[in-house]
Amino acid sequence: MTTTTKTVDTQADPVTGVDDATTATAYEEASSSDRRLSQLDALEAEAILVIREMAGELERPALLFSGGKDSVVMLHLATKAFWPAPIPFPVLHVDTGHNFPEVLAYRDETVERLGLRLVVASVQDYIDDGRLRERADGTRNPLQTMPLLDAINDNRFDGVFGGGRRDEEKARAKERIVSLRDEFGQWDPKNQRPELWNLFNPRHRPGEHVRVFPISNWTEVDIWRYIEREDIPLAPLYYAHEREVFRRDGMWLAVGPYSQPRDDEPVETRLVRYRTVGDMSCTGAVESPATTNADIVLEVAASTLTERGATRADDRISEAAMEDRKKEGYF
Amino acid sequence: MATTTQAPEVALAAALDPAAVAGAARGTLLRLATAGSVDDGKSTLVGRLLHDTKSVLSDQLAAVERVSRDRGLTAADLALLTDGLRAEREQGITIDVAYRYFATANRSFVLADCPGHVQYTRNTVTGSSTADVVVLLVDARKGVLEQTRRHLAVTALLRVPHVIVAVNKIDLVDFSQEVYDRVEAEVQAVARELGVEDAIAIPVSALDGDNVAERSTRTPWYSGPSLLELLESLPPSDDPANESFRLPVQLVIRPQGAARDPQFRDYRGYAGQVASGVVRVGDEVVALPSGKRTTVTGIDLGESTLDEAFAPQSVTLRLADEIDISRGDVIAAAADAPEPTQDIKAVVCWLGDAPLRPGQRLLLKHGSRTVQTAVRTLDGALDLDDLHAVPSESLSLNDIGLVTLRLASPVPVENYSTSRRGGSFLLIDAHDGRTVAAGMVGATLPTAADAPSEPEGDEEWEI
Repeated sequence: MTTTTKTVDTQADPVTGVDDATTATAYEEASSSDRRLSQLDALEAEAILVIREMAGELERPALLFSGGKDSVVMLHLATKAFWPAPIPFPVLHVDTGHNFPEVLAYRDETVERLGLRLVVASVQDYIDDGRLRERADGTRNPLQTMPLLDAINDNRFDGVFGGGRRDEEKARAKERIVSLRDEFGQWDPKNQRPELWNLFNPRHRPGEHVRVFPISNWTEVDIWRYIEREDIPLAPLYYAHEREVFRRDGMWLAVGPYSQPRDDEPVETRLVRYRTVGDMSCTGAVESPATTNADIVLEVAASTLTERGATRADDRISEAAMEDRKKEGYF
Repeated sequence: MATTTQAPEVALAAALDPAAVAGAARGTLLRLATAGSVDDGKSTLVGRLLHDTKSVLSDQLAAVERVSRDRGLTAADLALLTDGLRAEREQGITIDVAYRYFATANRSFVLADCPGHVQYTRNTVTGSSTADVVVLLVDARKGVLEQTRRHLAVTALLRVPHVIVAVNKIDLVDFSQEVYDRVEAEVQAVARELGVEDAIAIPVSALDGDNVAERSTRTPWYSGPSLLELLESLPPSDDPANESFRLPVQLVIRPQGAARDPQFRDYRGYAGQVASGVVRVGDEVVALPSGKRTTVTGIDLGESTLDEAFAPQSVTLRLADEIDISRGDVIAAAADAPEPTQDIKAVVCWLGDAPLRPGQRLLLKHGSRTVQTAVRTLDGALDLDDLHAVPSESLSLNDIGLVTLRLASPVPVENYSTSRRGGSFLLIDAHDGRTVAAGMVGATLPTAADAPSEPEGDEEWEI
């Protein structure tokens, strides 16, 4: 079976939609006979091209791995890009200290399963020794930039693969696939390097580095369709589960050590799942009965809110919160 | 050009149906870029297209409405959907390409909204270089401006397969057919001179949505499709079966002792994206530049084994003989391989801040190979007023010129007119790593001797 006929037809079988050749549709049979890639196969081919090209061009790349769905897809693509050789670079995680415990467990299992070297940059260490201070709003997402840049410098990484996608956010919509960062880790969105055809140029001066976004052109639905098609295991909190939550800023926040309800915020038990996974203090859950990848594909396609709009308090700080963080060197 | 049209209601209804949106991932991918002069309404058109295909989610629209209201506007400024940078919103202009995504029942679109200012032409080149179709906007009140010519020249040079001319702000000329006909004739004349023979024109109002997703009742004299209908019906890219097989080798995969499964200790494969054509197990291939021949014994995509691979799949080839092949080499069909060369003539779009001068040394990246190069001669620069090559001492930012290059080692380049992948290259400044030019092998510029009215402009771009 070729990969072009591997896509699952969610319309025919939205509930069980598992990786099964019998569900391949007439369209895919047609597309393999006239040799045109489906959208998902085209995106996969582009991502693998970028990953391989940067592995060839760069001296010491690393892949940002949070245990979140986008970085999991990145790892899966990297596994395919180098198969049957192992992934030839380490993975880097910036641990806010407020991560969901099940995501950290998933991170460690995945690293073990794929035989990867994990480098952890810890926001907690920076707070403990005074290099960073806790913010008044308690969120640690913006605090990740300094440990990230230090880890890049200390390990002399000259390129860092990230799972950022252009459809996530309007500043990310402006990002190149291979994007230069200056010696301070800064992004200059007004003066980006031209990026032509499929020719990617990561050359830079000493002290500079590049960020590489192989899944730039994937949307949230594409990610879920791919997870479904490739049967990629994820952390359990992406699927519907009962959890104690409270309402704040229009989001359901989990009751936990880093996010406690105020007196006027009653705690309820709700059937929820996470659309994004970030810092526990500022990542909201969405109410959902979706327990399978096929359910989630349909749910995401029908959603009237963007994933960050629905789940991220840190993007609500200002109109250009993401741009400001990215300029400073954020993911 | 296929002119099958689908009723716009069908497309919109499908866009609203989650199963159809989820299913669109099975359809083909069309890459679309905007072009045109500043204030011709590119971002507004993109915003309108996203809005009318129900691709704008409620929190995005709410944010745009909030900002519009704060600025004292009575209606949402749809350009804010893509002008996402602080500086862009402050100035009300587009500085760099914004990428947006939308899908209809049978197609997914990657939409690159490009800037109009001459200062940011390199970003427009970036957005157009991967496009299947460029939508060139022209203000119905102003007609062809210098940036219209520049962007058409870039589109023609890049050989973007389809060009749509959106004659915009048709509402501001009272939906006049006379104005539309005049502007269309003017654009088509420039397009033909530049070698674009089959540009399709549509009268639109990006602000009000006339002929964007749905056909307008206010242009009864126009009987063609709406922009969205046209985009949905454009034929997909060329069939790889009609091209010659090429695969630039990105990596040699040789796990040896690092193989996680011991059965792959002796695996040796050549990883890369099929740049053009089709390759099958059993095909005879040649490695370039060495010229050594061998046979394909296996094609892998991750753990899957394929009988054939075609452009643009990323695969790994296994070969019968252990010949010397490394990153940067090209594996090509043995029967039909390009001749590696050290001397090339090419048209370049100069994107560097410092000018190009004859004698300059640079790096050239073609496929997965980077070699040193020297600019032998600058053979002319395109004058955007009369669209002909004129003698020039140097090329400045955003200039288009004809150069002769000498390469430090042979590279199997092809004519850009034959293969966009095989004929394209970057010029890179070795000192700071900056990309300073986009190059197209074998392209030429029209010369003053060519009669401007001659309709066979296409040939002027080919050798």
